[in-house]
Amino acid sequence: MLIRHAPDLTEAYVTPRETYLNRRRFLIGSAGVAIGAAMMPRFADATPLTGAKSQYSTTDKLTSLADITSYNNYYEFGTDKADPVAYADKLTLSPWTIRVDGLVNKPATFGLEDFVKPYAIEERIYRHRCVEAWSMVIPWLGFPLAGVIKRADPQGSAKYVAFETLVRPSEMPGQAAYFPALTWPYVEGLRLDEAMNPLALLATGLYGETLLGQNGAPIRLVVPWKYGFKSIKSIVRISLVEKQPATSWNQENSQEYGFYSNVNPEVDHPRWSQATERVIGAGLLAGRKPTLMFNGYADQVASLYSGMDLKANY
Amino acid sequence: MGASPAPTTISAPRFTVPNIPRILVYVVSLLPAAWLFYLAFTDQIGADPVAQLEWGLGLWALRFLIATLCITPLRQLCKINLLRYRRAFGLVAFYYVLLHLSVWVVLDRGVDLHAALLDILRRPYITIGVAAFVLLVPLAVTSNNWSIREMGGKAWAKLHKLSYPAAALGALHFIMIKKVWLVEPVVYAAIVLILLGFRVVWPMIGGKKPKRRQAAMMP
Repeated sequence: MLIRHAPDLTEAYVTPRETYLNRRRFLIGSAGVAIGAAMMPRFADATPLTGAKSQYSTTDKLTSLADITSYNNYYEFGTDKADPVAYADKLTLSPWTIRVDGLVNKPATFGLEDFVKPYAIEERIYRHRCVEAWSMVIPWLGFPLAGVIKRADPQGSAKYVAFETLVRPSEMPGQAAYFPALTWPYVEGLRLDEAMNPLALLATGLYGETLLGQNGAPIRLVVPWKYGFKSIKSIVRISLVEKQPATSWNQENSQEYGFYSNVNPEVDHPRWSQATERVIGAGLLAGRKPTLMFNGYADQVASLYSGMDLKANY
Repeated sequence: MGASPAPTTISAPRFTVPNIPRILVYVVSLLPAAWLFYLAFTDQIGADPVAQLEWGLGLWALRFLIATLCITPLRQLCKINLLRYRRAFGLVAFYYVLLHLSVWVVLDRGVDLHAALLDILRRPYITIGVAAFVLLVPLAVTSNNWSIREMGGKAWAKLHKLSYPAAALGALHFIMIKKVWLVEPVVYAAIVLILLGFRVVWPMIGGKKPKRRQAAMMP
């Protein structure tokens, strides 16, 4: 089956910057509109960021900025969807350092600015499918992960890439919780060839601005053919390793969350079906939409898994 | 002519609760449902309205189930008699479960009964939730004076002990929905466990049963 989608992007689908800036001005200007007032300080955190259009962008209808920035799973800030937007603005984003190490010839620790400097920012409008069977469409800004790996010059023995999120309980209430939902740091991983796939993105912004804390600021992974939890947020370390690295949700419950966690409508979560998804922003009466194999990115990534039993390697 | 109703004398309450008209209890108890539907239909309930609506209705169902389980301990431990409102709380709990289930079938599963049935068979947390609903159906149907008279107070009271497994299954269903152990569902489960445990422990430690009035006929 051929799933065509990538080259269909037209300018018309991208919300012009002026339009959403006007919307923000409206929100901020609406004194007494609680949500607008609540959002003001967080908008101040973001600075404008632009990127070149990409052939990998989808033409699906964008999820609203309000939903993308207020409905988040980011357990470092709490397990409720509203916790990240409530607490993430307290996260100190500067200075920020990222360590690239492991089986590489050029290990290094970078300040964020130096880390991102060599790469051209692109806008990638990706579908985002949560393992909880809801989905969004997000206009990310970022650059391919492949460039970072090439720059580090991996050794021949490197087979996997391991990622690590910041641990800072003083600013991340979920990490300071008496009963933490997960073990920290949050860790994720990809096979090296998955990491080198052009779809794998390191995002530093969305909707024309730098990322907000609740979306994984200042830099996060986006692997749109996998369930959302694979797209690790607020990265502080990227390591090239020989063995398949541990991943947080797999450690939490290995029966329900595998290392691969590719979006697959035919392999259900043990507790719910993955065949369909609720589209965030579509409204109360919209019903569910069928979930696509590899979240609609089969053309780009299916070859990575040829010959693999995707039921066993969930 | 059915069996004679159970004796209606009870020990004198230490604390007298003012008599609130029961219709008011129903109206007030169903206000959260009205509010949830209002928020959902005006797009103010959150980014994932169907999930939020299901969650809110289910939570209120569990709260009212817990309210019905509190009536007996309150009488026996605190001498507070709210028996007059137990039927209302129980029926309201059932209405919330019915709304919760209906939203799931209609808005979440899109009236795809085949898919809904497969989910009920395959997904343990849904199986458990539906089982709790099934247990509540005979209780809702017999929550009237006529049924108490027809069945006899003893048999009626025995049947209505199904509210215990129903509440336990409801609490378990709530725990199983989320990806991790969350504080809120665990707290609710603990409350249900304590209330059910009370019924086991109280007679064992020689706690006095109030004069039998297990089947509460409503005047």
